Amino acid sequence: MGFDFSVIVNSLPYLWKGFQYTVQLTVTAALGGLVFGTLLAMARLSSLKPLAMAAAGYVNLMRSIPLVLVLFWFFFLMPLILQGITGSERPPPIGAERTAIITFILFEAAYFCEIMRAGIQSIARGQVSAAYALGLDYWQAMGHIVLPQAFRNMIPVLLTQTIILFQDTSLVYVISATDFLGAASKIAQRDSRLVEMYVFVAVVYLVLCYVLSWLVKRLQSRVAVLR
Amino acid sequence: MNYKWNWGVFFQQTPDGDAFYWEWILSGLAWTLAVSAVAWVIALALGSVFGVIRTTERVWLVRLGNAWVELFRNIPLLVQMFLWYFVVPEFVPPLKGWMTSTEPIYAQFLAAILCLGLFTSARIAEQVRAGIQSLPRGQRMAGRALGLSEAQVYRHVLLPMAFRIVIPTLTSETMNLIKNSSIALTIGLMELTFRSREMGEYTFNFFEAFSAATIIYIAIAMTANRVMAYVERRTAVPGYIAGGGK
Repeated sequence: MGFDFSVIVNSLPYLWKGFQYTVQLTVTAALGGLVFGTLLAMARLSSLKPLAMAAAGYVNLMRSIPLVLVLFWFFFLMPLILQGITGSERPPPIGAERTAIITFILFEAAYFCEIMRAGIQSIARGQVSAAYALGLDYWQAMGHIVLPQAFRNMIPVLLTQTIILFQDTSLVYVISATDFLGAASKIAQRDSRLVEMYVFVAVVYLVLCYVLSWLVKRLQSRVAVLR
Repeated sequence: MNYKWNWGVFFQQTPDGDAFYWEWILSGLAWTLAVSAVAWVIALALGSVFGVIRTTERVWLVRLGNAWVELFRNIPLLVQMFLWYFVVPEFVPPLKGWMTSTEPIYAQFLAAILCLGLFTSARIAEQVRAGIQSLPRGQRMAGRALGLSEAQVYRHVLLPMAFRIVIPTLTSETMNLIKNSSIALTIGLMELTFRSREMGEYTFNFFEAFSAATIIYIAIAMTANRVMAYVERRTAVPGYIAGGGK
């Protein structure tokens, strides 16, 4: 059985389109998840008990069920939610690609929440007290004092989580969205070239993730020296 | 939202007429647990070996261990699943012969346990290495000074402590493994998530089916948590890590 490189070369434009979606999904989910996750972390650390409990419940729920199941949930739930919002007769078609982006933001938020919570808790309590003593309100103290430091301390962990997210986006395959793996899989099945396509995808992910992890490790040591 | 809930759907008969839907969910759960359990044994065995060799002083063993970890950590689990199920058999003719002649479920099971076992072994190797390296260097030296061989130092001095230290991280890895086993549905293994989606497709009661799966996953996570907490308590070294955590 020969390894046919021409299959890969011929399908590069299509694979590139899938790869662009993978990157788009990763970046959107990382940024959205970071914003929503930070708000969740603030809610979890809030002195309002019901708010803290609701946030903790959300995070624990998301972290105890498989991503595949979460994707299925939202894939079937999203049209109904949209119908409820827009009040239209039939569930509006939203498409697997957009469903995936919303799902990943909501799912990753739970993981980013835990990272940001650790980051916020690593800031000395005295700083918050000092901020309040200077007359800052909660949002000012968070926005100007706590979050910038928490974010900075957690950058390496946040980036590592983003690399994991980059790998996890391949799971959109289960709702038939065409990401990098999805594109390769479609060609693999059309041309009966499973070996070439899957090995190619694996090598691309391996090289990219290895290099990215290495860069994060370097960044980590630089941040560590500075502190 | 106008969705008609119907929890009675679990007691309806499946299309082939010889089972109820709740039995599908239960059989899915059984496969999830079976895959996770076997993969866990593989992961713990290989993870320990590769974690240990990364702490030895032989450069080629350390490199081999590092390569193992990087290989399985930097390829998405789903891609690894496809590699085990579709690609590896192409290079191992006897395996391909067996996989095409046997019941599909056995071929899927084999691919799933290899994939999940090796993927998780890389993560456990990393934790075992960190556990061993978190011990004071003096312990290894003292063991050697007392005349123990390198293997004896690991067996009687380093590993008994290192394994206790990594129990909390092993717990979360165990739960990750159970969640990750849902990825086996992509190669057709009829585990819990597969069965709940299938039930949804047949009955259009997606949300009841997904609710059942969600509740079961939460119950598994909580049980695994309790079991590992018990193991942690039973194996704690008095005065050292008894307080939980590191």
